[in-house]
Amino acid sequence: MATPRDKFGRPIVVVTGMGIVTSLGAGKADNWAKLVAGESGIKTVTRFPIDGLRTTMAGTVDFVSVDPFTSTSLSERIAEIATDEALAQSGIGSKGDFPGPLFLAVAPVETEWPQRLELGRTIDKKEFDYYDMLRASGGGRFAPYHDRFMFGSVAKYLAENFGTKGSPISLSTACASGATAIQLGVEAIRRGEADAALCVATDGSVNPEAVVRFSLLSALSTQNDPPQAASKPFSKNRDGFVMAEGAGALVLESYEAATARGARILGVVAGCGELTDSFHRTRSSPDGKPIIGCMRKTLADAGMEPEQIDHINAHGTATPENDKMEYLTTSAVFGEQISKIPVSSNKSMVGHTISAAGAVEAVFSLLTLEHQRIPPTINYDVPDPTIHFDVVGNKARDARVTAVMSNSFGFGGQNASLILTREPA
Amino acid sequence: MTERKEVWITGIGVLSSLGEGLDAHWDALNAKRINIDDKRFAPYIVHPLAPVSFDAQIPKKGDQRQMEAWQRIGTYAAGMALDSAGVKGNQEILSRMDMIVAAGGGERDLAVDTAILNADARGNFSPGFLNERLMSELRPTLFLAQLSNLLAGNIAIVHGVRGTSRTFMGEEASSIDAARIAVARIEAGQSDIALVGGAYNGERLDLLVLFEFGDFNLTGEFTPVWARENNSGFALGSAGAFLVLESREHAEARGAKPYAKLSKVVADLAQRKQPGAVTKSLEALWSKLGVDDDVGVVVTGATGAEPVTSEERAFLRQHQGLAVRATGTMFGHTVEAQFPLGVALAALSVSRGALFPPNDPTGFEVEKSDPPTQIVVMGTGHWQGEGMALVEAVK
Repeated sequence: MATPRDKFGRPIVVVTGMGIVTSLGAGKADNWAKLVAGESGIKTVTRFPIDGLRTTMAGTVDFVSVDPFTSTSLSERIAEIATDEALAQSGIGSKGDFPGPLFLAVAPVETEWPQRLELGRTIDKKEFDYYDMLRASGGGRFAPYHDRFMFGSVAKYLAENFGTKGSPISLSTACASGATAIQLGVEAIRRGEADAALCVATDGSVNPEAVVRFSLLSALSTQNDPPQAASKPFSKNRDGFVMAEGAGALVLESYEAATARGARILGVVAGCGELTDSFHRTRSSPDGKPIIGCMRKTLADAGMEPEQIDHINAHGTATPENDKMEYLTTSAVFGEQISKIPVSSNKSMVGHTISAAGAVEAVFSLLTLEHQRIPPTINYDVPDPTIHFDVVGNKARDARVTAVMSNSFGFGGQNASLILTREPA
Repeated sequence: MTERKEVWITGIGVLSSLGEGLDAHWDALNAKRINIDDKRFAPYIVHPLAPVSFDAQIPKKGDQRQMEAWQRIGTYAAGMALDSAGVKGNQEILSRMDMIVAAGGGERDLAVDTAILNADARGNFSPGFLNERLMSELRPTLFLAQLSNLLAGNIAIVHGVRGTSRTFMGEEASSIDAARIAVARIEAGQSDIALVGGAYNGERLDLLVLFEFGDFNLTGEFTPVWARENNSGFALGSAGAFLVLESREHAEARGAKPYAKLSKVVADLAQRKQPGAVTKSLEALWSKLGVDDDVGVVVTGATGAEPVTSEERAFLRQHQGLAVRATGTMFGHTVEAQFPLGVALAALSVSRGALFPPNDPTGFEVEKSDPPTQIVVMGTGHWQGEGMALVEAVK
C-alpha cells in the first residue's frame, strides 16, 4: 500500500464519489456519453420570454422542475441530485449522515422577480413606492420567501438533508466558486480536521435579470442561431460565453480513510492554488501575472513540474478576452511544451455553469482520467490563429492522461486551479 | 501535523453608526451612545452609518463610483484594519495576504424596480416588458456592485490584498465561518496573515422588505436587545468590521503588536425546529471552546429576534456571573459584520484593559470593573447558525 501522505507530509486527498447535472442531463453516464459525442446542451430559452434580449439561448436545466420556480430553488434541487449521485457512488456514511463538513459554491441569492411582482400585486394603489412594498411584506403572508432568499438557505437545506457536520459554508468566488469549494475541502482534510468533505457547486440562475446583467457587461455570445453553435472557445469568431446551469458534487476523503473502508478511488486532488488579481473588476491584469502565479502555485502545491501535466481542462469561456489571456498565461507556464498538451473546454457543450463550473469541470476531468479519453471542444471550425493550443477540436480524442490541470477564472480577480490525477500507485 | 500556531489580532478596522476607528468607538461605547434613525423608514428603525469621507481609504473617486454603499463601507473598514496592522501599502505582505470576506449582496436600483412594479400593477406588462426595461435602464456596472465576491474584489483593487480571496455567504454564520477558517488555516500553517471581516448597509428598503417577509424588523419604540421579548425584532445597522489575523511568528518577525489573541472559533448549525436546540447548541460550543464561567465576559451579536434571543439568554443565564454585552443594542443588527465587530470590540477591550459599560436598563448586562483577559464572542443567527470565538490577552 502506498504511503497515505503526500511528499509534503500532508494527508493525500482522494475523490470517492461524484455527481453531476448539466443541460446535457443528470448523472455521469448520460453526461459523459453526450460530452464525448460532442453534443451541445445549449438551446433557445423557453423558461421565460426572450423578447428584447440580445442573447436568447442558454444551457438551462429544463428536465428538473421546482414549484414555485426560483433560481435558488433550482440550484438547491440540482445540487441535491448531484449530491445523491456522489454519495451513492462513494458509499460513505449512511443516509442523512455524512461524516464531514459541507462546502457549497452557490450563486449569490436575492429576491427574484416573480416574487417581487407577486408582492407588488398585493398593493391596492394606482401608484406606489417601495415603502408601500415594505408595508405589504409582513404579517407572515410571505414568510417562506424570507427563508428562500437568505444566502445560507441552500446550504442549510443540504446540510440538514445530508447530515453534514458543523456549520455549512456557502461561498462565492464568482466563476471560480466550484474550484474554491473543492479547495476548501482539500484544506480541511489536509489540516486533519476531517476525514471527508462534501464539496458541491451549483448554479440554476438563468433568469431574465441574470441574462441582462451579463449582457450589459457584453460578456455573452449573441450568436443565437443556432444556439448549439454559440459557444466557440478558442475560435477566431468567438464572441462571448453562454450562460448555463448545472451542479457538481464531489466526496473528498483522506486516502487513508478511503482505503480503510475499501472505497473505490476515482482520483486524487493532487494540488490546488489560488491567486488574486487586483487589476480590474472584470479584466485580467494584461501581463497575466496573477493567472500565471495561480497555475504555478498549483503545480507547487501538487509538487509537480509542468511536464507532468498531460491535459488541460481549460476555463475556455469563449469570451475574446478570456481565451486570449488563458493562452498567454498557460503558454508562459508551460513554455514550448504547451503545443503538445491537449486542451479542451467543456463549456463549448455545456456552456458556462458559472458558480458550478469549477466542480462540473473537475468531475469531467476525473472522468477524462477514468476513460482515458478527452472530450472535444465543439464549434472549433475557425481556430484563432493567435492561440497555439493543441485544442481537441470537435472530436473526442483517446489519450494517455495521468494528470489534468483544471482552471477557473472569475470576476473580482478570482483565479483558481486544480490538479487532478489517478489513484496513487 | 505540526504544532498549532498561535493567532494574533494585529489590525482592527471598524466603521459604524457610532463613527470610525477605535478611539471613536471606545468613546461612544463608554458614553453609552446609540445612533438610531426612526424617521426615515418609520415605523422601522435603523442605525445609520455615521458621516464619513470615503476618500480617506478609497482615494480614487472612480473606485468609489464603481461600488455601492456596502462595498464602500467594507473597503473603508478593510483599509483601516490594514493601517492599524501597519501593513497598508506593504506590497510584499499584501501580495501574499489571504482574505476571507463575509458578504451578502449589493443594493438594487429601486427606481428601476419600482417603475417595473407599477407598470405591472397597471397591467402594462407585455412578455418582453421586464427584459426591455432591465436592458434599457439597469446601469451596466450595477451588477458588479451587487456581486457578493466584489467586496473582496474591491479590497484587492483599492488596497492590493491579493493572496487568496474567498467570499463566504450566509448571513450571520458566514462571518463566524470566515473567522473560523482563517484561524484554522493560520494555526495549521496554510496561511501566515489574513484579512477577515464583513460589511453591511442596513439602510436599504429592499433588505427591510426581505426581513419583513419573516417579521424580523423592530418597529415602534427603540428598545435594547434584552428588552424585546414582547416586541421582538432587530433594527438593521450599517457597519464594516475587518481584522488582520496573523501567526504569532509572522507578527513578531515584523515587530507587530497584538491587540489580542484569537484562540479559537467554533460554529454549528442547530436544528431549530426543536425548541431549546439553540440553547443546547450554544452549550456544546461553549464546551468546545474549552472555557469555564470564569471567563467572565461575553460579547454577543444577539439580534432581538425571537425565539432565538430567549434561547440565547437561557444559555447565558446558566452561566453565573458573566458580564454580557449585546452589540445589537448599540450598533443594530449588522448581519455579516456583527461577528467581526464583536471580535473587534473584544480585542479592543482586552487591549485597553477594560470592558465598556453595560447599556441595558433590564439589568441583564452587569458592570465589570476588573480588566478582562478572556472574552467570548458569540453570534447566533436570526434564523440559522451559531458560533463563538475566544479572544484572550497576549501574555
